[in-house]
Amino acid sequence: MADAHAALQEQFEEMPQQKEAATLGMWAFLATEVLFFGAMFMSYIAYRNAYPHAFAEASHHTIVLFGTVNTAILLTSSLTMALAVHAARENNIKWLFRFLAITIFLALAFLAVKGLEYREDLREHLWPGPHFKPELPPQAQIFWVLYWIMTGVHALHVTVGVGLLSTMAWLTSRRKFSADYYTPIEMSGLYWHFVDIIWIFLYPLLYLIQRYSS
Amino acid sequence: MNAVTPAASVETSIERAPKNYLTEGGHTLKSWLLTTDHKRIGLLYLFSLLFYFTIAAIAAAMMRMELITPQGDMVTSETYNKLFTIHGTLMVWFFLIPSIPAVLGNFVLPMMLGARDVAFPKLNLLSWYLFNAGGLLALYAVMFGGVDTGWTFYTPYSSTYSNSHVIAMAAGVFIAGFGTILTGLNFIVTTHKLRAPGMTWFRMPLFVWSMYSTSVIMILATPVLAMTLALMSIERLWGVGIFDPKLGGDPILFQHLFWFYSHPAVYIMILPGMGVVSELITCFARKPIFGYHFVAFASVAIAILGFLVWGHHMFTSGQSIYAGMVFSFLSYMVAVPSAIKVFNWTMTLYRGSISFDTPMLYALGFIGLFTVGGLTGLFLAAVGLDVHVQDTYFVVAHFHYIMVGGMVTAFMGGLHYWWPKITGRLYPEKLGRLAALTIFLGFNLTFFPQFVLGYLGMPRRYHAYAPEFQIYNVMSSAGASILGVGYLLPLIYFLWSLKYGKKATANPWKATGLEWQTTSPPPKHNFVETPVVDGPPYQYSAEAAEAEFKKGEIYG
Repeated sequence: MADAHAALQEQFEEMPQQKEAATLGMWAFLATEVLFFGAMFMSYIAYRNAYPHAFAEASHHTIVLFGTVNTAILLTSSLTMALAVHAARENNIKWLFRFLAITIFLALAFLAVKGLEYREDLREHLWPGPHFKPELPPQAQIFWVLYWIMTGVHALHVTVGVGLLSTMAWLTSRRKFSADYYTPIEMSGLYWHFVDIIWIFLYPLLYLIQRYSS
Repeated sequence: MNAVTPAASVETSIERAPKNYLTEGGHTLKSWLLTTDHKRIGLLYLFSLLFYFTIAAIAAAMMRMELITPQGDMVTSETYNKLFTIHGTLMVWFFLIPSIPAVLGNFVLPMMLGARDVAFPKLNLLSWYLFNAGGLLALYAVMFGGVDTGWTFYTPYSSTYSNSHVIAMAAGVFIAGFGTILTGLNFIVTTHKLRAPGMTWFRMPLFVWSMYSTSVIMILATPVLAMTLALMSIERLWGVGIFDPKLGGDPILFQHLFWFYSHPAVYIMILPGMGVVSELITCFARKPIFGYHFVAFASVAIAILGFLVWGHHMFTSGQSIYAGMVFSFLSYMVAVPSAIKVFNWTMTLYRGSISFDTPMLYALGFIGLFTVGGLTGLFLAAVGLDVHVQDTYFVVAHFHYIMVGGMVTAFMGGLHYWWPKITGRLYPEKLGRLAALTIFLGFNLTFFPQFVLGYLGMPRRYHAYAPEFQIYNVMSSAGASILGVGYLLPLIYFLWSLKYGKKATANPWKATGLEWQTTSPPPKHNFVETPVVDGPPYQYSAEAAEAEFKKGEIYG
């Protein structure tokens, strides 16, 4: 331990051990997140099974254009995040910062598009409650309750991601990372890919299933 | 160390005691509230838990007082509903779930592995703050009107009809849940990555195995509860349909989601106790544990099976009878690893050199009470019999035998066992034994009559009852007062021992395990030098015990 790295915390013996611990911790956290979303997916499955027609009809009113554009934005942001991690590994700090900045920009773009979509949804009276769109069957409300909760919790995760990645970008600009130490970048990347994957499930469930079949 | 000034050198010569985690880092309140030392965090949890336990115990005392007479004469039925809700929510989420893991686990798990701290010390402190933030919200709900849903928050009562502070209570549980998740996450990573050289998986003490299994449940089950309570609160806040059948929702779905968490959570409330008992039995029988691998994997098996049996809480809810049969079968399966543990503890006792020190009394009490609780659990896992005793005092007695007779007894045993390590002081042994016996007797007098009550048909959660049940209720209330004395005694002599107790040596029990190889209380980083492990745990021998006994070296 002659050349202990400045970022080595006292409970660890060496940097690789610290990195392995961080990675395992992040994966365990993501397992928690999967179960957190799992309760919502389970509710969706149960009600889709109970009210297939109402759900199909309700999903026709989601705006597929916004959903598709956002899918593209989020997938691209996952690519730039992966490139950021790669740049860190290559000790290319300049491009690490740039890729982080692009990722943050795409995340904000996602939130902006989502906001526009929410505005349209509200205009269409798709907020559940007494003023809910009267043409739809009553059980369609449950679809829309789940739509708002699922996309809302996902958007919350995107927002947390923006904060996380901004912190990483700030630390990068202060020269905290190099090819020797970029664990936080990699962990943020794991989180970001998770947020992406959740959307990969939300997109077909909310926008695509049975859209063009009936 | 700073340069030695004359004043400092005088001080060190006066204070000969080696530095330990209680003195290193200072005595200020700030040094405690901002500590990242797993041992100090364990103590912070101990103080908070004592606080919540006291409130929940007062609620229980008031219920037992009300139930002395058949008429509902002391409190109204609404107040009674609030009392059992306070008792249930606080005891489950703010005492039992963090009890052994967050206090004893935090304190000894890193030491048992030969680590300096847990893997994420700051997250560890954060979990204490989350826990208390949740606890204060729950207390707010209790003080400004109370909650009357019971700890299960069943919909649509909780989401539509209840006129009480449901959301504040649910939010409290939600926030405290993230504290639990972080504790579990910390223990998993610590066990994987911070074991001392030579500490292989099968050299780990069984307490670590049980904590590891518990942690897996914590990180996988708790988030489901969080989301379920969030969905319930959303339905309550905005009146939108999720679980309310009037709005197209399905209340059974709430029960499925709730018990998907809450049944595994029952194992959060017993596995750590089993871990403690495994430590105690081998130490005080002076024998290596019988069937180490079986006991270790039984913990893992209970954790896995625990996720597959939630439906046995719902036999009368209207779920499919075929689902009921599968859940019934799987519930019987859980009895297998549980019985493996009980048999292995018994085999460890067989021909052991048993000494009946206080921790051992608790451990033996645990085996008996857990067995009664477990076997009556099998009655309840049988679909036909469950229909008869569902929602009666039989269920209440059953889970109190597991949670109080099992977990709290193990917690007390563990607290006595590690008290010398935690504080550097010995507690008075005779009083300790007296308290252990008082608790055992008081507990059985409180809860055994409830089996009879339930079987005769007295429903739970009522403040008035038919007069023929009075004799059993009076017995139960009398037992509760004895139990209360039993819990008060340790509180008094533990506090007394902090100042007047005899100084503890590094290893007063002559126990194996790395936590006993360092000083009592341990230094901030636990070990002066990282220990190296070269053999299996529990290398006790009867011959050594004999010699120790002759020399009077065994404490007690």
